[in-house]
Amino acid sequence: SAVAITGCACSRTKTQRRHAAHFTFQPDPVPSQYGPTQKMNLFQSITSALDNTLASDPTAVIFGEDVAFGGVFRCTVGLRDKYGKDRVFNTPLCEQGIVGFGIGVAVAGATAIAEIQFADYIFPAFDQIVNEAAKYRYRSGNMFDCGNLTIRAPWGCVGHGSLYHSQSPEAFFAHCPGLKVVIPRSPIQAKGLLLSCIADKNPCIFFEPKILYRAAVEQVPEDPYTIPLSQAEVLQEGSDVTLVAWGTQIHVLKEVASMAQEKLGVSCEVIDLQTILPWDIETVCKSVVKTGRLLISHEAPVTGGFASEISSTVQEECFLNLEAPISRVCGYDTPFPHIFEPFYIPDKWKCFEAIKKMINY
Amino acid sequence: QLSTALSNCFKCDLHRLEEGPPVKAELTREQGLQYYRTMQTVRRMELKADQLYKQKIIRGFCHLYDGQEACAAGIEAAINPSDHLITAYRAHGYTYTRGVSVKEILAELTGRRGGVAKGKGGSMHMYAPHFYGGNGIVGAQVPLGAGIALACQYQGNNQVCVTLYGDGAANQGQLFESYNMAALWKLPCIFICENNKYGMGTSVERAAASTDYYKRGDFIPGLRVDGMDVLCVREAAQFAADHCRAGKGPIIMELQTYRYHGHSMSDPGVSYRTREEIQEVRSKSDPISMLKERMLSHNMASVEEFKEIDIEIRKQVEDATQFATSDPEPPLEELCNHIFSNNP
Repeated sequence: SAVAITGCACSRTKTQRRHAAHFTFQPDPVPSQYGPTQKMNLFQSITSALDNTLASDPTAVIFGEDVAFGGVFRCTVGLRDKYGKDRVFNTPLCEQGIVGFGIGVAVAGATAIAEIQFADYIFPAFDQIVNEAAKYRYRSGNMFDCGNLTIRAPWGCVGHGSLYHSQSPEAFFAHCPGLKVVIPRSPIQAKGLLLSCIADKNPCIFFEPKILYRAAVEQVPEDPYTIPLSQAEVLQEGSDVTLVAWGTQIHVLKEVASMAQEKLGVSCEVIDLQTILPWDIETVCKSVVKTGRLLISHEAPVTGGFASEISSTVQEECFLNLEAPISRVCGYDTPFPHIFEPFYIPDKWKCFEAIKKMINY
Repeated sequence: QLSTALSNCFKCDLHRLEEGPPVKAELTREQGLQYYRTMQTVRRMELKADQLYKQKIIRGFCHLYDGQEACAAGIEAAINPSDHLITAYRAHGYTYTRGVSVKEILAELTGRRGGVAKGKGGSMHMYAPHFYGGNGIVGAQVPLGAGIALACQYQGNNQVCVTLYGDGAANQGQLFESYNMAALWKLPCIFICENNKYGMGTSVERAAASTDYYKRGDFIPGLRVDGMDVLCVREAAQFAADHCRAGKGPIIMELQTYRYHGHSMSDPGVSYRTREEIQEVRSKSDPISMLKERMLSHNMASVEEFKEIDIEIRKQVEDATQFATSDPEPPLEELCNHIFSNNP
């Protein structure tokens, strides 16, 4: 017998219904410089990048859990049929093994694209990434390297993921010289940045905002193209406050920038960092020199989150330009909660409040 | 009706064991009705969770146990409440057999303050005294189980730790580390692989170089058991517990079982197996039907009695649902509570 939910005399019917997403995806204009484009969502733009790679690089292989049938987020759909089961194959359930194996493949000269099913599961592979992949070139005096390795993993909050399907672990890897860490905000960015990671001669970790897999749709070039790593992008110019984020949070900040303009007459400069490591210090500092105020926002917990690195460097470089203390609007220092997700995430209201405080400092 | 000795446990496959559990099992009427009640409660609770999930009253991830009830019921029948148990994320059945009420389980699924983890854990994180969850990361619970067994040995309390994992987790490196430590130090750890033939959508043949999970501990003795027969599970678990309590060290049990649902509520469960296969198991090997038929054919209980039990359970689950859908959510203060110990 069905439970009569409408008859339930609860004043909490509002909270029982999940809120709509905390952001609205804002597509970029259609790029004209890369040739014909096609409507693609984020997972399709990833597939396109991988398709281009397998077509042009005969050594390229893709492996991970469930990638053969297309992957749990459909990023590898069709690739096994097109390129063969020796190039797109499943691994058993063993992250440490997947990355270790990937390092070996890369060192031996093939282009290895390893998938970790959720960034939350990457920790068994942490030792391989930090102690093996990142240090291979350095410890061998450049005789060997695993630059051919790219690790992809779904990342970030998704509305119902809770502790183990929502994490943003970029800060753990930012602490490791030898790695590159990249996070796209959209399909156009994702394809270009992923292709750059694959081409880059250093081991790269590419985090894909899972909440955008279906929600983000743009006109994406069909042919391969690259977007440079370690170059932050100024998405909109402003004069009063610099806003820095990456991935999903960019779309939150874009909305915050509109709110600030409308309600406070405050002009915000929005920067997508894109590459977390090595990050584009110059672009961010140049902006802060202009505006005098900086707000950094990410879902990951605030203590030790990557905002702390940016904040520290900016105050070193731009101390005398600052009009207010640097603001970090981030996740709280708790595990990513199950029931409390809407309260936990750094939503537009929290960011807006932070801007108000900085302006009135 | 008096107790009846039943001889229908199949011989188990053995690894490094001279002899296995007895092939004859004795079942009293009381025991039979209790096992029936336990399994039927878990079954109805899981089906209710399915319903609530489809109504979007339960959100997040939800992995249902229907089909595998004989494993949880049989193991609990063989161990003591003072023994320990840890499992992975398909944990609602064990949460119940380890003593948590249906009410507290459903309320945890719906994220309410009356839930067993105060609404903060959800489906994969339910706990009870001597029951350590409920673990989301595949295989991570196995070294923990070996550690709990070490504590039992250290404290000399004659308790054992039942450490469960699935056929997917069987390929994780940390299991082999656990096997080595447990064997080296003769820990009272019963490793149990619930082999339900599929790790998410990957069949065992495609994931494992050896699907003889009871042998994967190599130097650790093992046995493979029909996990759909609650009596077989009980006898095997009893045998394993005796082995550990006698100080012989760890043992591995493989329970061959089956889940009717897909991996989780987002998996329809029919893209990697046929509906015919699922139907076949339901009609020929359903643990609850098998026990009921056995008891009826031995005149240990009547059809009416089973019907009465079913009605009682249905009411119990409905009452629990009522609670789980009306209890308030945890207060916002709980967001930052229990990060660290509360005593500064």
